[in-house]
Amino acid sequence: MEAVLKPILIIVAVLVVLLALAAGLIWVERRLLGLWQDRYGPNRAGPFGLLQVLADMIKILTKEDWIPPFSDKWVFVIAPAIIMFTVLVSFAVVPFAPGIFIADLNIGLLFILGMSSLGVYSVALGGWSSAGKYSLMGAVRAAAQMVSYEIYMGLSVMGVVMLAGSFNLREIVDAQQNLWFIIPQFPGFVVFVIAGLAETRRLPFDLPEAENELVAGFHTEYSGMKFGMFFVGEYLGIVLVSALTAVLFLGGWHGPVLPPLIWFFLKTFVFIILFILFRASFPRPRYDQLMSFGWKVMLPISLLNLVVLGGIVLAGGF
Amino acid sequence: MFVFLKSMWTILMHSFRKRETILYPEQKPYIPPRWRGRIILSRDPDGQERCVACYLCAVACPVDCIALQATHTPEGRRYPEFFRINFSRCIFCGFCEEACPTYAIQLTNDFEMSEYERHNLVYEKKDLLINGPGKYPDYNFYAVSGLAVGKKEKDEESLNQKPPVDVDDLML
Repeated sequence: MEAVLKPILIIVAVLVVLLALAAGLIWVERRLLGLWQDRYGPNRAGPFGLLQVLADMIKILTKEDWIPPFSDKWVFVIAPAIIMFTVLVSFAVVPFAPGIFIADLNIGLLFILGMSSLGVYSVALGGWSSAGKYSLMGAVRAAAQMVSYEIYMGLSVMGVVMLAGSFNLREIVDAQQNLWFIIPQFPGFVVFVIAGLAETRRLPFDLPEAENELVAGFHTEYSGMKFGMFFVGEYLGIVLVSALTAVLFLGGWHGPVLPPLIWFFLKTFVFIILFILFRASFPRPRYDQLMSFGWKVMLPISLLNLVVLGGIVLAGGF
Repeated sequence: MFVFLKSMWTILMHSFRKRETILYPEQKPYIPPRWRGRIILSRDPDGQERCVACYLCAVACPVDCIALQATHTPEGRRYPEFFRINFSRCIFCGFCEEACPTYAIQLTNDFEMSEYERHNLVYEKKDLLINGPGKYPDYNFYAVSGLAVGKKEKDEESLNQKPPVDVDDLML
């Protein structure tokens, strides 16, 4: 009985926590951006403006959900669901604490890389089915961005896999008991964070949206809760990449004094805040700059990192 | 590379700066004395209405939000029978104040005049008229200019006006 009940309980708890977190992040982001721009941000509804989350949710749920008559209807409806699905399914293999995970998959890391690559279908199809110029341009940009950034995201993580000797995320965390991989794998860490930014289409890599030039990019035609799903998907993506960074490079749940789950959340939150800080600090690059940065700088760095690390590992360094 | 880290550090340090926001309902912002806000109709120092219902404000108004009707007292002094400003149209340009020959219509620095219903923004004369002289406490139009009305003569003592300028003199 317990063997059945416990996984279900964990799944429900993870779902509830994640969706609440994604909604809460809207508030966190607005407050933090306000803080860094010498403003207050939403501080009226409820204590510290926390009820703003509720207000935003009620608003977006009651908005008119309009499907443009010129759009490709089925694809238009399915597209926002894809991003929610891929991101939520990715969390299935993330180990939160010893004993608290949904699936102990032996190729967990590959699974997450695959799922996040599938996520681009959401953006590309959403933009394509909207049948608008701006949506299409956003979708094309998203696809091109994904193609170039997916490569070195995978390569940057291979160093960790080499050190841990496993694709299983739980075993990767266990391998960091004595030394967090951020120390031997610092280049990999930097490349992974930048690739993660591009992966979640966050500023400064939000070219698929680029509201100053493309209105709202791929989700120009979306409204109501379909737009909300893109939005929640984006925030869940931030949580996923932050959690992955904590798992792969910062020793997951390992840490002194505090219980493992708290450590995991603390590390994840540091990266979420870092992502918001990136947004507050950097301007958006031009599109060709983004592409050439990916292919000419990040890819060679991650390849060089792999070669050097491979040499050290072969020589018996680790 | 370090430029990026430096800009991130600068942004992070903004957390400790003073906020630019004024938390409005609790904290009032500074309103300059010449602010153009809610329009009022003022009275002479002796307590009579300054407005002589000359219609100049209604003519000057670019959005036609002022409506009034002239009438006069038994002594022959003109005053508005009704005076109505539709503040849902008013753009607070202050042209009415500039057009007014008697300093009757004035703009104040009150801007908190929101209403839940649109028709409440139409102010009648009783809403506009105040009991004081407003921005010009000593000014009395009938004392310094205008005509003698009824039994009242012009107050030559306080006239305090220079004789008209001979324009040709200025050419010398």
